[in-house]
Amino acid sequence: MNEMAPTREQREARLEGMGCKRKRVEDVRFTQGKGNYVDDLKLPNMLHGDFVRSQYGHARIKRIDTTAARALPGVIAVLTADDLKPLGLHWMPTLAGDVQAVLADGKVHFQNQEIAFVVAENRYITDDAIQLVEVEYEELPVLVDPFKAMDADAPELRPDLAGKTVGAHGPRKHHNHIFEWTVGDKSATDEAFARADVTIKEMISYHRVHPSPLETCQSVASFDKIKGELTVYGTFQAPHVIRTVASLLSKIPEHKIHVVAPDIGGGFGNKVGAYSGYICAIVATIVTGQPVKWVEDRIENLSTTSFARDYHMTTEIAATKDGKVTGLRVHVLADHGAFDACADPSKWPAGFFNIVTGSYDFPVAHLAVDGVYTNKAPGGVAYRCSFRVTEAAYCIERAMDILAQKLNLDPAELRLRNFVRREQFPYQSALGWEYDSGDYDTAMRKAMAAVDYAGLRAEQARKREAFRRGETREIMGIGVSFFTEIVGAGPSKNCDILGVAMFDSAEIRIHPTGSIIARMGSKSQGQGHETTWAQIIATELGIPADDIMIEEGNTDTAPYGLGTYGSRSTPVTGAAIAMAARKIKAKAQMIAAHLLEVSEYDLEWDIDGFRVKGNPERSKTMKEIAWTAYNRPPPGLEPGLEAVNYYDPPNMTYPFGAYICVMDIDVDTGVAKTRRFYALDDCGTRINPMIIEGQVHGGLTEAFAIAMGQEIHYDELGNVHGASFMDFFLPTAVETPVWETDFTVTPSPHHPIGAKGVGESPNVGGVPAFSNAVNDAFSFLGATHIQMPHDAWRLWQAAQNLGA
Amino acid sequence: MTDQIPVTMTVNGKQVRRFVDPRLLLIHFLREDLSLTGAHIGCETSHCGACTVDLDGMSVKSCTMFAAQADGAAITTIEGMANADGTLSVLQESFRQMHGLQCGYCTPGMIMRASVLLRENPDPSDDEVRAGISGNLCRCTGYQNIVKAVRHAAATINGRPHQEAAE
Repeated sequence: MNEMAPTREQREARLEGMGCKRKRVEDVRFTQGKGNYVDDLKLPNMLHGDFVRSQYGHARIKRIDTTAARALPGVIAVLTADDLKPLGLHWMPTLAGDVQAVLADGKVHFQNQEIAFVVAENRYITDDAIQLVEVEYEELPVLVDPFKAMDADAPELRPDLAGKTVGAHGPRKHHNHIFEWTVGDKSATDEAFARADVTIKEMISYHRVHPSPLETCQSVASFDKIKGELTVYGTFQAPHVIRTVASLLSKIPEHKIHVVAPDIGGGFGNKVGAYSGYICAIVATIVTGQPVKWVEDRIENLSTTSFARDYHMTTEIAATKDGKVTGLRVHVLADHGAFDACADPSKWPAGFFNIVTGSYDFPVAHLAVDGVYTNKAPGGVAYRCSFRVTEAAYCIERAMDILAQKLNLDPAELRLRNFVRREQFPYQSALGWEYDSGDYDTAMRKAMAAVDYAGLRAEQARKREAFRRGETREIMGIGVSFFTEIVGAGPSKNCDILGVAMFDSAEIRIHPTGSIIARMGSKSQGQGHETTWAQIIATELGIPADDIMIEEGNTDTAPYGLGTYGSRSTPVTGAAIAMAARKIKAKAQMIAAHLLEVSEYDLEWDIDGFRVKGNPERSKTMKEIAWTAYNRPPPGLEPGLEAVNYYDPPNMTYPFGAYICVMDIDVDTGVAKTRRFYALDDCGTRINPMIIEGQVHGGLTEAFAIAMGQEIHYDELGNVHGASFMDFFLPTAVETPVWETDFTVTPSPHHPIGAKGVGESPNVGGVPAFSNAVNDAFSFLGATHIQMPHDAWRLWQAAQNLGA
Repeated sequence: MTDQIPVTMTVNGKQVRRFVDPRLLLIHFLREDLSLTGAHIGCETSHCGACTVDLDGMSVKSCTMFAAQADGAAITTIEGMANADGTLSVLQESFRQMHGLQCGYCTPGMIMRASVLLRENPDPSDDEVRAGISGNLCRCTGYQNIVKAVRHAAATINGRPHQEAAE
């Protein structure tokens, strides 16, 4: 054999393991239109279901007449709440411990609420029949302003809860009150404020928006009456949870329910919850004996299945005169809409909003959140966000800028003075979290150097002078944002969904010839798990990523897991993958020792196999070990080479980042142009830099949309506005700024590979960067806080109000 | 029921004859009658462009056109874009190389639109690409790598090396 042995570099490169910009496996099918999304499914005799929806925001239903609809040829069934009642399915539990009407039970609570489910032979006939269902309403007073929800004379929105003085999260103060959640030391915080040199107070609103993935929510349910088995294909970010919930609700044993999440066209939190469409499709397939498909249209998506944010945060900071923060006090009024269908771990009614102390060393803090009902769509999902972290980051980052303005300090300088310092990690926050690792000062200074921050401020000063002299009508804003996220839910002692603990899982099986199939409890919706999970395994086990197949989303084959949202896949599933691989590696080491006739302790790992310490010529590759594991295992060792790991993380992970946005605003038109956006992310160990940066681009674009125009708005009659792409701002390539990305690496000390998760960081940090840029631009004209969204109309108004 | 209308079209090079309801949308005809599920539905209001196909050389949002209106037309969908030997075309490969896609839902429409754009303007600037794909929404990528992918394809087609790697 004269073949040159590959070099170490060649062996390593061949693996395409962690840290390399591996091209995506998924793209081969997606670029050819061969993805397999729910609406692509066509089962024999499949029917189509869709909803009759409420025209009103709040009304009593006097009569539903389905006669004409049922008489239409091709219509198979029309379900109303009365049809679901005998099954106990006219209401369903929400993730937040409330209940939600699957089909309106005598009354509607928000516009476009589901009233009846029409099932017909095809989607055209379904739509025809929907028009033929007659609903007679008696209008009721509408409540859309959360600040009026707890007025004495506010209409009672939830008579089904009448007399219930205690909700899922403690006492209710009013018939429209859901919960009050408090964290922190109130008296110590009050004392800090009493002693403070300087305080600021501002009501900072984060308006109602929607994740709006390009693919809406949809499902196909198919019941096999002979076997008593139910198969549900759906846009599920958490397929196993859907299976468990479906079993609990339908009483079909869990092993007879097959939930499959095929390719998902974006999730962003929209596809975590359980919606009426899923339930009705399941009931309809059981009733009709035929598969039933339900596909939302865009208006239904934007106006019914989940919203995000709608947090109104009265924020106060106490500080010394030289700019050291001494206390934080936040009260949140949380608008949850008509049902509390907030998608948070069940014990956390306001998610992880208590990360609101952010990146700063607040000695004391106190937080209170009041959740209220209004006549709006239910939800409160984590839109590219780890459970209200986005709201928290916006709150503190805006407030720090307001404090900087009051102290006449540069906002970056104020942050530098107050950061949790590197040597303070692990850091106990005043509101109860243990931050795992960070180096904020380095990240902030790197960002400032990258954009020539001092130069930008000097330019801004010159432009302001020019504006004052009337030489320009353009103002310049520099938005600084330094966020700390909390992701990776979660330690099961803290986090569960309806009692299901929030671990995650991986199963790795090496075949005799050394290729691998691996399955996880997570579910990619565009994050590229098929590519990156294989990279972790490749590095851990020395098998080329191209020889590793990743499969997710089929609950029959994948180990039980809690799914993908809240940037939890890398922190939790990623850890499970590494741990499962290490179980395999331990067995492989025993086999290698047997083959090389040495002690296990005489072996060391070397890229793609084990070698004898001090004698590297003697080695066995993982591929050779795999063959042996099946066909000639050492005596006493069971054959095979596979492992499963259920990973319950010891702590969350805390990614962070420094973002700087430079913006120019024309005061006469209100048009804002993002001149430059620099984003430095620290997500710990980086698995695939190409995918990380792609995620950052996408998250920043969503942040741009949210900050600069996106809004789901309700008028005083409860009519929803912004519920189509005509009105709901999704930026095109023309409006979207160019993104500059950068990074530092501070590994998580408790994660097996040190990774922290990144998908949501750009949304979390991006929104305050844009909003701070806008506010910074107007600050020299006297503005303290301008509410989002910052569309041209509102910015023009702001300029007018400030006399610009 | 309304009488069905006979239609004949060439779809991805093959002649197709069907009877369709007058109100059947082209996107449903392609996806359900022809099982060409590559074109997607994202909005039904012609904003998102996920349903974009090539119709007689033009980019058409197939959710806003009746199948009957396409009678006699030559249509290319994403399923007709790969090379004859089954390998990815330059444009498809460029999307992969430049990480121009994530969830893949907008991708067929983006590629179909970009292919017409490159026919009309074989060497577009960044701004020209951005304007050229502004009828197609993407929720995942922030467009930056899509722009790179289209320019990478243009460079490759023009026989020029494209240095810029995916971020």
